[in-house]
Amino acid sequence: MMDNKYLVEVQNLQQYFPVAGGKLFEKKVVKAVDNVSFGIKRGETLGLVGESGCGKTTTGRTLLRLYEPTSGKIFFDGQDITKVNMLPYRQKMQIVFQDPYASLDPRMTVGDIIGEAIDIHHLAASKKDRQDQIISVLSTVGLNSEHANRYPHEFSGGQRQRVGIARALAVNPQFIVCDEPVSALDVSIQAQVVNMFEKLQEEMGLTYLFIAHDLSIVKHISNRIGVMYLGKMVELADSYELTFHSVHPYTKSLISAIPIADPETSRKSKRIVLEGDVPSPVNPPSGCRFRTRCPYADELCAAQEPEWKEVSTGHYAACHHLDKVN
Amino acid sequence: MSEYLVNIENERLSFFTPAGEVKALNDVSLHLREGEVLGIVGESGSGKSVTAYSLMGLTAYPGRLIGGSLQFNGHQIEKMTEKEMRKIRGNEISIIFQDPMTSLNPVYTIGNQITEVVMLHTNKNKQQATERARELLTLVGINEPQKRLNQYPHELSGGMRQRVMIAIALACEPKLLIADEPTTALDVTIQAQILELMMELKEKLGMAIIMITHDLGVVANMCDRIAVMYAGKVVEYGNTDDIFYNPSHEYTKGLIRSIPKLTEKEHNKLIPIEGSPVDMLNPPAGCPFAPRCRACMKICLREMPEYTDITDIHYSACWLLQKEEFEKQQRQKGDA
Repeated sequence: MMDNKYLVEVQNLQQYFPVAGGKLFEKKVVKAVDNVSFGIKRGETLGLVGESGCGKTTTGRTLLRLYEPTSGKIFFDGQDITKVNMLPYRQKMQIVFQDPYASLDPRMTVGDIIGEAIDIHHLAASKKDRQDQIISVLSTVGLNSEHANRYPHEFSGGQRQRVGIARALAVNPQFIVCDEPVSALDVSIQAQVVNMFEKLQEEMGLTYLFIAHDLSIVKHISNRIGVMYLGKMVELADSYELTFHSVHPYTKSLISAIPIADPETSRKSKRIVLEGDVPSPVNPPSGCRFRTRCPYADELCAAQEPEWKEVSTGHYAACHHLDKVN
Repeated sequence: MSEYLVNIENERLSFFTPAGEVKALNDVSLHLREGEVLGIVGESGSGKSVTAYSLMGLTAYPGRLIGGSLQFNGHQIEKMTEKEMRKIRGNEISIIFQDPMTSLNPVYTIGNQITEVVMLHTNKNKQQATERARELLTLVGINEPQKRLNQYPHELSGGMRQRVMIAIALACEPKLLIADEPTTALDVTIQAQILELMMELKEKLGMAIIMITHDLGVVANMCDRIAVMYAGKVVEYGNTDDIFYNPSHEYTKGLIRSIPKLTEKEHNKLIPIEGSPVDMLNPPAGCPFAPRCRACMKICLREMPEYTDITDIHYSACWLLQKEEFEKQQRQKGDA
């Protein structure tokens, strides 16, 4: 079923964006993603969590070469795709965006939005075939054929997100980047969409990179989870291992900061409230980037960047003081 | 004076839009004692914010209050003029908004915006007001308050701006603070800071809080009582524990079932609430939740159920409960 080879892999991925500095003509860079490496196995869901500005979305987009990476390598199915023409790969790698209101062209019908993807990759033999494909993909996401002639504004948020998913599925991809696909939806609708992602994965053997800031949803859907902070991956582990036996101080505080929807548990649990705000990525702290908010930080953390090491099988973290923290 | 700080009874409020009347609030009743925290949960468009705003007399055009009684701290809000309302707003009742980025004025300094409120509501002079502003910033945990007074909103982070908003809201030590999704725009670690701060200030100042949110986690942590709203109605009201451990409305049950639990060790499938939110322009005839309800009966589609009391505090509007109640009475009759 699952072979050990990664379907998607990134090695030392870096994505820097130029920004204007404080002085005239001064140029600075934002290190949005800095030296991130991970792999996603076939049929697996890798979750990516972190606070806003930590680089999770950038990682997802760079992975699809929607941004050209500053350095590092991206592999898909064993092929290095860092420099190649992406068109043939676009059919295999798709994305679902966060905001179902902004990611659909308001002047195209749903049928055309989905049909466009089919046209670009010449997947339809005839007009009828194209129409059949559109209807079949709509029914896969729980919409019906009459929806094909409607415009995005006629749909509710949850339905629009289904259209976004249908567009990604139209080209029969193997891998989908889900970039905060449920954050804009109401709680009662989120579960519908999450369940659909799971169902599609079972039926079509899809591989997901699931990006979200809500750890409870990421934990629910992912096999493994990576935690990012200021452009760095700080911890990566199996999702249960990560939620119950996290080792990095940032992950620990992130988990404890999540309000649990259970009065009994939340009364008992003690929160680790982090001091201060996330520093600016233009001017990140030296050494370990988390040190300005970390209760365990010392001189070593300021001087040296912690190494990315395996703490137990398949559980990685980057911290100088793992023994002190745990 | 009544035993409640806030007592809303049968509030009806409609928005008269070109497309027709939208009954944003349809017979809403809520109450809250001094020093309590009430959470209002529900999806977007369920009327949570409209309820809270109407309590401050802040109903936006084309909305109009068309019935009911709103009591707050001895005032009859629906009968008050704008001039009288102004005396209460900021003094006895204040609000913090969802988005701290847009609710502060970008062209005035933080100090300017806080002193304005202080001077408006008290007879302090400029110097005393600045002193008070510094005090308030310290109260909400902002470091270097002197420096912050001269800074503009864009120089502060999101969490910091929300702290400034709280400082402004607390300038006159109100009896009631309305918090409209105060942490939705913030990151989890910052959210934890702000929630912690609000609870701390509540203890210190003894104010009541109405917390509007869609995050069940936040209400479980903070609130004494919870009102669950759906399509302009309070479908269930009770203590926090009642709502989480003994939910009696199908919508509340569905909501709790549909959220993934971080503390769960095994992978359980989520049980979503099927269907889409109500179209408020054409609400269904009976219970608004009926079209999405798993236990929908014929009568649900025709008529709105009355409230059934489950305990002294806990009540809910669902035909299933009415049926249970009826059967119980029948049985008792039979026994007698």
